[in-house]
Amino acid sequence: MSDTIMEHLDAAPPPHPLKEFWVYFSENKGAVIGLYFIVFAILLAVFADVIAPHNPFDQYRDAILQPPVWMDGGSSKFFLGTDDVGRDIVSRLIHGARLSLLVGVIVVTLSLAAGIILGITSGYLGGFYEILVMRLMDIILALPSLLLALAIVAILGPSLQNAILAIAIVVLPHYVRLTRASVMAEKNKDYVTASRVCGSGPFRMMFVVLLPNCMAPLIVQATLGFSTAILDAAALGFLGMGAQPPTPEWGAMLANALQFIQRAWWVVTFPGLAILLTVLAFNLAGDGLRDALDPKMKR
Amino acid sequence: MIENTIITARDLKKYYTVKEGMFFKTSATLKALDGASFTIQPGKTFSVVGESGCGKSTLARLITMIERPTSGDFEVDGINAVTSGPKAMKALREKVQIVFQDPYGSLNPRKKVGAILEEPLKINTRLNKAQRREKSLAIMEKVGLSPDQYSRYPHMFSGGQRQRIAVARALMLNPALVVADEPVSALDVSVQAQALNLLMDLQEEMNLAYLFISHDLSVVRLISDDVMVMYLGRPVEQGEKTIIFDHPLHPYTMALLAATPHVDKSFRKDRIILSGEIPSPLNPPPGCTFHHRCAHMTDICTTDAPELRWVGQRSVACHHAEKFY
Repeated sequence: MSDTIMEHLDAAPPPHPLKEFWVYFSENKGAVIGLYFIVFAILLAVFADVIAPHNPFDQYRDAILQPPVWMDGGSSKFFLGTDDVGRDIVSRLIHGARLSLLVGVIVVTLSLAAGIILGITSGYLGGFYEILVMRLMDIILALPSLLLALAIVAILGPSLQNAILAIAIVVLPHYVRLTRASVMAEKNKDYVTASRVCGSGPFRMMFVVLLPNCMAPLIVQATLGFSTAILDAAALGFLGMGAQPPTPEWGAMLANALQFIQRAWWVVTFPGLAILLTVLAFNLAGDGLRDALDPKMKR
Repeated sequence: MIENTIITARDLKKYYTVKEGMFFKTSATLKALDGASFTIQPGKTFSVVGESGCGKSTLARLITMIERPTSGDFEVDGINAVTSGPKAMKALREKVQIVFQDPYGSLNPRKKVGAILEEPLKINTRLNKAQRREKSLAIMEKVGLSPDQYSRYPHMFSGGQRQRIAVARALMLNPALVVADEPVSALDVSVQAQALNLLMDLQEEMNLAYLFISHDLSVVRLISDDVMVMYLGRPVEQGEKTIIFDHPLHPYTMALLAATPHVDKSFRKDRIILSGEIPSPLNPPPGCTFHHRCAHMTDICTTDAPELRWVGQRSVACHHAEKFY
């Protein structure tokens, strides 16, 4: 009886969600540039062995602190010059991309997984458990993040693995708070009640019903967290608490060459630029992602 | 009373504790529902009427077993739903389903219609994927949705169609009772009629009982068999629809009925204008909770709370009910 009217009201099927997402994402030029740079960095990292002109550990003793190719005394053999023990900076940067991205991936995965579990359980279950988890997160938040990471690494012993673990712990509260906030906003909605009326257990409620509806802010936080992780890893490396020499990690490269900054600016500048550009790219892409995923920005 | 009943509720009460004050927290008791008793027979519609904050939705949450009553109990199909163990409760939950007011909030935006409809089956039955699909397509046809809408997302539907999906979900487990919490008040008037027709057709076809919650008296007049009028958490008048609509005995019911718009002039009654606001349930007035808005108030109304009693074929909670009979 009603179908004739209803059929007309039925809008044309909207485009595929991914396609729609790309339309909104590509409106933000900065985000697209950021995304391209990230893809570029990932390609560099994946094919580092093929692309890098030299082995990052090889020391060319006859070409110590050689300047980049466009300066007097530079040679095309070492495009961005060499460091204090004659290692090719381009090759070290390319291999460093591999480490930095790996740090980002592992830190984000660890903290996202733990953050979702802690946040969703505390938001859904509430009570004493929630107070316990949230106050613990408050304590972590109350300490300066780098200082806490340093302390954790100092206890566990300096290595890249421990640095990753430390950073994951330091950024954990952000994910926990974000998840809990979304869960608390969602859990009083009718569809959640409806699911409970038809008999969903707590596990199903948390991870099948609630979690997919809380993902949008978490995805954005994860992209932005990527850059924080890279930055923190570089900082720990700079302080000698992260990757240990001769690992070609960007922060460690900065730290090791600091004494030559007056004499050979390139040993410090290029790793610094690499960190800057990668972090900037992730921030830009994360920004665009937030706009694209926010339903309020859609027309 | 001897015939089988789906729901027998006895003196259901739900109190909430509310914390007040910024520094010196004192707890106050909010009597959201203060003693409701009723029965619902299969295939019948029991309507609950009242203005916002009178405990209608609290009643719905108790009957659907989302919350437990503070005191009182109720039986679903002869089994006590308050004192039973978890296993029996699981079986009872299948028999009582709910349709919410807001069709935009009641469907999970991340799931396709098919997945929304099959969720109850997935949890409560051992049907395989093909059987679940078959069953949900059959119910979709029943509520007037076409099979190609099976794999669409809720945001692709209009309000009326969403409400059809919500009704379909409620019917997936073959419930005996559907609690409809203002199911049409969020819809356009033109779509309201379609939704009501659908509900009535389904009732006839599946012998469903409805606990129909509404503030719209014209809808209630159309759809119900029995009516309960509530004020501030208490039922004030309760009985058969025709008796209550034709000859209300409680001043509040009279005021509600007089406020219903009519097209035909001869049906229009003199407006009874209620002065003042509905009092806070945290601090209800002494005696009859309605007395300070009532035109027929006497001294006894300010001191003694009237109990529900049988006057003229319905129960009514008013000291002066005989006067209006």
